[in-house]
Amino acid sequence: MLSYLAKRILYVLPVALGVSVFCFLLVHIAPGDPLTSILPPDASQATQDEMRRIYGFDRPLPVQFGLWLWKALQGDLGTSIATGRPVAAEVWRAVGNTLLIAGLATVIGFLFGCFFGFVAGYFRGSVLDKFASMLAVLGVSVPHYWLGMVMVIVFSVQLGWLPPGGAGPGGSAAWKWDWEHVSYMILPAITMSVIPMGIIARTVRALVADILNQEFVPALRAKGLMDFGVFRHVVKNAAPTALAVMGLQLGYLLGGSILIETVFSWPGTGFLLGNAIFQRDLPLLQGTILVLAMFFVGLNVLVDIIQGLLDPRVRRR
Amino acid sequence: MIRLAVALSLAAGVTLAAQPVVAQGTLRIGMTASDIPLTTGQTDQGGEGMRFMGYTVYDGLINWDLSKADKASDLVPGLATSWTTDATDKTKWTFVLREGVKFHDGSEFTADAVVWNLDKLLKNDAPQFDQRQAAQGRSRIPAVGSYKVIDKYKVEIVTKTPDATLPYQIAWIMMSSPAQWEKLGKSWDAFAKTPSGTGPWQLTAFQPRERAELSPYPGYWDKARVPKLDKLVLLPLPEANARAAALRSGQVDWIEAPSPDMVPSLKTAGFQIITNAYPHNWTWHLSRTEGSPWNDVRIRKAANLAVDREGLKELLSGLMIPAQGFYPPGHQWFGNPSFKLKYDPEAAKKLLAEAGFSPAKPVTTKILIAPSGSGQMQPLPMNEFVQQNLAEVGIKIDFEVVEWNTLINIWRAGANHESSRKATGMNYTYFIQDPFTGLIRHLQCNLQPPAGTNWGMYCDPEMDKLFEQVRNTFDSAAQTKVLQTIHEKYVDEALFLMVTHDVNPRALSPKVKGFVQAQNWFQDFSPITMAK
Repeated sequence: MLSYLAKRILYVLPVALGVSVFCFLLVHIAPGDPLTSILPPDASQATQDEMRRIYGFDRPLPVQFGLWLWKALQGDLGTSIATGRPVAAEVWRAVGNTLLIAGLATVIGFLFGCFFGFVAGYFRGSVLDKFASMLAVLGVSVPHYWLGMVMVIVFSVQLGWLPPGGAGPGGSAAWKWDWEHVSYMILPAITMSVIPMGIIARTVRALVADILNQEFVPALRAKGLMDFGVFRHVVKNAAPTALAVMGLQLGYLLGGSILIETVFSWPGTGFLLGNAIFQRDLPLLQGTILVLAMFFVGLNVLVDIIQGLLDPRVRRR
Repeated sequence: MIRLAVALSLAAGVTLAAQPVVAQGTLRIGMTASDIPLTTGQTDQGGEGMRFMGYTVYDGLINWDLSKADKASDLVPGLATSWTTDATDKTKWTFVLREGVKFHDGSEFTADAVVWNLDKLLKNDAPQFDQRQAAQGRSRIPAVGSYKVIDKYKVEIVTKTPDATLPYQIAWIMMSSPAQWEKLGKSWDAFAKTPSGTGPWQLTAFQPRERAELSPYPGYWDKARVPKLDKLVLLPLPEANARAAALRSGQVDWIEAPSPDMVPSLKTAGFQIITNAYPHNWTWHLSRTEGSPWNDVRIRKAANLAVDREGLKELLSGLMIPAQGFYPPGHQWFGNPSFKLKYDPEAAKKLLAEAGFSPAKPVTTKILIAPSGSGQMQPLPMNEFVQQNLAEVGIKIDFEVVEWNTLINIWRAGANHESSRKATGMNYTYFIQDPFTGLIRHLQCNLQPPAGTNWGMYCDPEMDKLFEQVRNTFDSAAQTKVLQTIHEKYVDEALFLMVTHDVNPRALSPKVKGFVQAQNWFQDFSPITMAK
């Protein structure tokens, strides 16, 4: 197990370096000038040149990359061009906000996805299966931007039950676990949960169907195991794959959905990424992508480890 | 015991009654910005930044008069009570400062503070130099050469060359408190969290990207502009649908720029839709480089006569002012142009026929457009509408669509630069609040890129002479006359395809009372109250 763990963790280093080079280059080869968003459009050439020098954009790309990486390794992701605030603080704050709704979306998505998946898998071909499968297909195919707007129109504008946007009445600095604050999470989290719910439901349905067709199930029944006992075995066999899928989904959710967070003005990573792209705020864009990529890599490793713990066959691969 | 309770109740009642009635509620505004504008003084986010975080928390030496809705705003004394030029040397300006003005931190506003604030933008090696504010402010005051303190309440600014437009430039520069900056360990980051200006509002709470709260500054020097509200809350809501939903659900009381298709339903739901002319121009900037069809005045005039501006207005639910010139009709610089921008396709066809073109043998050219952008209104449907109008008279337009920031870079590079992709025009919107940004920067010969933003590479010695006259006419009325002559030339020679002006719509809850929408990019929130 230890060597398996070491291998998985070592695997992170080249991936992390590759990701950092890639995201640095990616934002630099994109068209446009990083100073466009902060300089008035008619800023003189002299002012543009001066600002380019002050911000260090006049240096060769490899030098810019070296400086950026060196600082990034020390936890300094630079300063946002648009706001002047440290990128690391901006990103962590956004990650915190996204974690709130991604966490809730994961719970909702995982619970309902598993529920629908098991129901559909257990009762294949029944009305229940058809209904659950239809919900799963809807979940992955409905445009989430549209769904978010429908939720706002129904639950905020028409019924007035939930706030349509923002991250709490006083901003998340004063975040509290009370209804006044939590109410702001519900609509974005439900909208966000629809994707993992659909994917997990479909995965679990296929898994359950597959497991129920395996020979050990009749053997268990022949041994006199009741339905619940059989169900426990099915869950145990389905869990590693379902967890892996959920882990990946959590990675996607942490990236935040630019569209969902924009519809709900939720100041998470997707919202931040959208702003950084829109404002061509290169340090913010690089920092956000890097942190998100690292999260993704880290989650993959975590999922690998959990899978390894749950299923000895994985460790032997 | 009962007697005591009654006495206490009466005393409490008397105390309450004796207090002045100041509670006028909280106004929550959904901005189009995706972040709270820079709070240190010189704001970012263009006109919206100055509107919400510039002219609220800060003042300039010269301010804009934001008190009237019925005529275009003009400059008024702010932290300077007067400004004059030297009779013998027109580059020397003396600003007499308002005495007794206090920053929110209690320190006094003096001439030293003015010089300190100019250094924060212009002097790279000054301890208080701030690159973020410099990026915003430096290009706003291109005329400023040097400056010094004359005495505690007098400052001298020397311009590089005589320039009568200096007051308009100075109105961009917001005064931050040097004492507060010192107190906070000379850190602009710390200052951003607890800023101090002299303006009518103080920033009391600030959460980046989420929320800013402003409270009235009771010691504001202009007693007529001490805010009546208890609190002003600013929320960044960049998405138009999210803003409308926030208004409808009561999360905010005011939204900026509702999209035109939402306006009728917002009106039906009882919201106030406030609009007014404001210094904004939606135009096609025409190239005057060699080979451009727009070098022929007949084609330029034909294009201007071919656009059905009333039809376009219908498309935008009425939210535009059809252009009659480069400035909106009624503006003090409009003058009396002889060429009338009416919809007359027959006259347009006649002019094109004289130039050798017709719908069967059209002028064919390419225009650069962006799918979105600050002030661009609804660029795709609007451009397609204009394209259709022009095609009907014999001007066939191909569009090349580029991203807004790319368009800005092309605009800076000039029509003869390869990035302009041989296009002979671009759809661009202009801030036209002052003579330089409104008129001079587009057409002065020596402002052709890279020296300036005369994208079309236009050059006319006669126009240049008029621009020099603006800079050398220090009497306001005489300067207005020159500006009118310039504008007449803009229209009579059809130097742009002038299409429309935005009306800066905002939707307000019926509870919002007392707002006067100035014909300006900036607004005053002081007179507003909230009904119960």
